[in-house]
Amino acid sequence: MLVKQISIFVENKPGRLCSVTKLLKENDIDIRALSIADTKDFGILRIIVNKPELASNVLKNAGCTISVTNVIAIGIDDKPGGLAEAMECLYAANISVEYMYAFISKSENEAYVIMRVENNDKAIEALKEHNYTILSDKDIYEM
Amino acid sequence: MSTYWNKEMECAKLHEMKALQSCRLSQTVRRVYEKVPFYRDKMITAGVTPDDIRSIEDLHKLPFVVKQDLRDTYPYGMFAVPMDDVVELHASSGTTGKQIVVGYTQHDLDVWAECTARALTAAGADKSDFMHVSYGYGLFTGGFGLHYGAEKIGMTTIPVSVGNTQRQVNIIKDFGSTVICCTPSYALFIAETMHELGITKDQIKLKAGLFGAEPWTEEMRKDIEDKLGLKAYDIYGLTEVIGPGVAFECEEQTGMHINEDHFIVETIDPDTGEVLPEGEQGELVFTCITKEAFPLIRYRTRDIGVLSRKECSCGRTLVKMLKPRGRSDDMLIIRGVNVFPSQIESVLLSMGNTSPYYQIIVGRENNTDTFEIKVEMTPDMFSDTVKSLEEKEHAIKAAVESTLGIGAKITLVEPKSLPRFEGKAVKVIDNRKLHD
Repeated sequence: MLVKQISIFVENKPGRLCSVTKLLKENDIDIRALSIADTKDFGILRIIVNKPELASNVLKNAGCTISVTNVIAIGIDDKPGGLAEAMECLYAANISVEYMYAFISKSENEAYVIMRVENNDKAIEALKEHNYTILSDKDIYEM
Repeated sequence: MSTYWNKEMECAKLHEMKALQSCRLSQTVRRVYEKVPFYRDKMITAGVTPDDIRSIEDLHKLPFVVKQDLRDTYPYGMFAVPMDDVVELHASSGTTGKQIVVGYTQHDLDVWAECTARALTAAGADKSDFMHVSYGYGLFTGGFGLHYGAEKIGMTTIPVSVGNTQRQVNIIKDFGSTVICCTPSYALFIAETMHELGITKDQIKLKAGLFGAEPWTEEMRKDIEDKLGLKAYDIYGLTEVIGPGVAFECEEQTGMHINEDHFIVETIDPDTGEVLPEGEQGELVFTCITKEAFPLIRYRTRDIGVLSRKECSCGRTLVKMLKPRGRSDDMLIIRGVNVFPSQIESVLLSMGNTSPYYQIIVGRENNTDTFEIKVEMTPDMFSDTVKSLEEKEHAIKAAVESTLGIGAKITLVEPKSLPRFEGKAVKVIDNRKLHD
């Protein structure tokens, strides 16, 4: 049910994103979704890729500081209010979202959202109750 | 009540100690003049002969020895005995240049063991104790120095050395270690590891610890004592002089007694070289008066300290040195406060999961000093949320501020991104242009 997200510590200096993404390219790793959190001095690049184990090894060997986190990927209706409904469902179950980001799908009716919540099990339970599609790692890697 | 390893020496009357020192000093000076060309040349240049050195009052006539001299004479140029008589070698890490080599005869090893045996006894250890040596064994003097003293006392000595902290914790617990020695930051790391393994201080038998080889604060002492359930004693020494055991703390914990029958201490003004009266803060200078292989005369340590002959409740009459405040050659003054880079290293190491690699960047904006510390990120510290990284930054900032008394901006940087010189980071960049 959970998807592996790789977070990479990137200092704010020219060329860092270029070298990280180049590493992925050289190893034929496809990025499915990404977001970047930025502060004044550093950023955290978060990516979902098709080969998470290979990607984390490659990045570690290149000296990057990374962490692998389990996150939830859900499908929501691609229409106004689609995300609001999902948030309402989590709010009702008293679950806080640390961060989230959306990514584009090839399907016309569904949009996908990656969520990092404080309690994965509780969140999945709540989302399932409301019949949300929870994507498995395979769904994403093979997308 | 206090027990002593060598009461005669540790509680000697001042005039007796001075007489002994004078006698040993004049013999040592005569010997190095004859055996070591370096000393002979230096003394001739200074216009001093061994006949001029009759007592410790004449010590000031002799020229200083500095670390560069030891590098220039690398490896054996300062040895005062034939190599046949040398039974052991140790070496400094060579952080800032060529490493230096020191040698010991069997007699020197006995002196060393005597010094550390005194330190261990002052910490309440005797032959019924289990001695856990977590200092590194090898060319570094820490491990062997304490080991020899523990053996001399007849303690059950456990030569664990550094590293593999989980195993260390298990050994402390299973072997029943009662006394431990290591660096203060490693002691805290052991405490953290114990906590992670769910082992409490009630499950271990440690009662005393001897911690040295880096400067530490009273806060660190309290922290170590609380977390490990022991009494923490400071111990001082440097490779060039003999290793750990030059000075040691007693139960009063208000400074370290110097083994004066083996080492004469002076404090000098680091800028002028002038000898300061006892009680004034200055650079510590040591003269070895019993060592055979590597007897340094008036060696400038670059360590800053204060000497005190105030009566000590433990009964020892050996002069006390107050904890080195740091080293005179790398002290910074930031916003009027003395800052030693080693203090920052201690703070970082004490936090457990931070990297000891850091860089201090000092600048000046609008007539005020700016103070930034770059700290390398470690995998243990990293997390996917900004919140948790900012919490890490704040925790470091608070710890630095409580140690130094001034605030610094903390910047987390990528691992191995700080420049290194022979394995250690270039620690200070001072961009202030105060004299243009």
